[in-house]
Amino acid sequence: MSLINLTLRIWRQSGPEAQGAFHTYESGPISTSMSFLEMLDVLNERLILSGEEAVAFDHDCREGICGMCGSVVNGKPHGPEQKTTLCQLHMRHFKDGDTLVIEPFRSRAFKLVKDLIVDRSAFDAIIAEGGYVSVNTGGTPDANTIPIPNPTAEQALDAAECIGCGACVAACPNASAMLFVGAKVSHLSLLPQGQPERNQRALAMVKKMDKLGFGNCGNEKRCEKACPKGISISNIARLNREFMKAVLFSNEK
Amino acid sequence: MSWFLSVFQSSIGKKYIMALSGACLSFFLMAHLAGNTFSFLGKEAYNSYAAHLHSLGGFIHVLEACLALVFLAHILTAILLFIDNLSARPTRYAVSATDRSWSASTMPYTGALILIFLVVHLLNFHFASKMISTADQVKTVLGNPPLGFFYLVALSGLTLHISHGFWSLFQSFGANHPQYNRFLQRGGLSMAVILGALFMLIPLLALTTDGFLQ
Repeated sequence: MSLINLTLRIWRQSGPEAQGAFHTYESGPISTSMSFLEMLDVLNERLILSGEEAVAFDHDCREGICGMCGSVVNGKPHGPEQKTTLCQLHMRHFKDGDTLVIEPFRSRAFKLVKDLIVDRSAFDAIIAEGGYVSVNTGGTPDANTIPIPNPTAEQALDAAECIGCGACVAACPNASAMLFVGAKVSHLSLLPQGQPERNQRALAMVKKMDKLGFGNCGNEKRCEKACPKGISISNIARLNREFMKAVLFSNEK
Repeated sequence: MSWFLSVFQSSIGKKYIMALSGACLSFFLMAHLAGNTFSFLGKEAYNSYAAHLHSLGGFIHVLEACLALVFLAHILTAILLFIDNLSARPTRYAVSATDRSWSASTMPYTGALILIFLVVHLLNFHFASKMISTADQVKTVLGNPPLGFFYLVALSGLTLHISHGFWSLFQSFGANHPQYNRFLQRGGLSMAVILGALFMLIPLLALTTDGFLQ
């Protein structure tokens, strides 16, 4: 185990309307076996002991599957490692003496709550608009009663990997949520259970996405690069198809 | 009408407008280039091509009007998108990503350059006095060093613009499949380079070769 010392420039903002600014902290000796969030824990312990307010950041499972954590580290959401959430990013990827600039996800649709925490309930609003399937209650259905070809199931599962962390929006030069919406629309429209609401879903979710103030997709692929789950932009292409099909060939308005 | 408006006011609707108008403009570029290649065959061939084009009469004016509408749709939608995208992130990042794609990240700026070029180009040829033959007009305009260099710069901008645009319009139409993704990406890039190079050859020849279009 080796120890490294880092300079941390962290965005501090006491509330949504407050004026924010970068504060510079010395990390002190950090074990390279720590995760990024553990490094922030160490910093916070020290801040609390010295009477300063701890840096507020979102986190929950710390296993890379819940989608709660995420900040922009040196211009990259979830830091420099590909397909890695911030909680699964280990300090061995940094060198002694590095300066890390840590910022919150920035988007008109994600309001800043405090320090590095942003309100991503806009994603929940999009899901509530159509990111579900209606299933009648009744007896438990037998497994595999509905045949689904394996490649289709795999594609749907690839899309369903999305944990809704918001890194795609944070990485997009236009703060667009197309990768998120693309993943959600894709995983349901690929499966038989998602067919009844297929057209309505595509139209409603896109309408909500626009209304919430996300930007427009410019096919720059930054989202795909930043996604900790490796969601492909083929899901955005599918969303474009689903939307146009619903517009041109369905009775949904 | 309200249905039509609401569709094309949505972000994906605007994406389709950009892709559809972009596809039309790409076809126009190819047709324009096909015409331009007559200049490599000499003055006579080029003037004869121009004469044939103008002899189409009313048909060419209908095409021009359609082209103007397509340009207008592409430009106006681009401006709307640019403004909306700027406000989608009110607070910028202190550290921005350094590994952005050249062509994609400069789309609005190369687009603006092409718009300026379009105006200059129309003034140089379309709205110029038709006292001399088209071939002589090309030689005079492009053989003039400041203008010739401006054409080269603008055409590099155009090449960069379409090197992203060609692939991007397929993605916007929803054409994305592992079976042909590589073909679309490489094909789009190669098409852009070939198109750009052939377009740029004309001001280059006009600037450097005395015998060009003589």
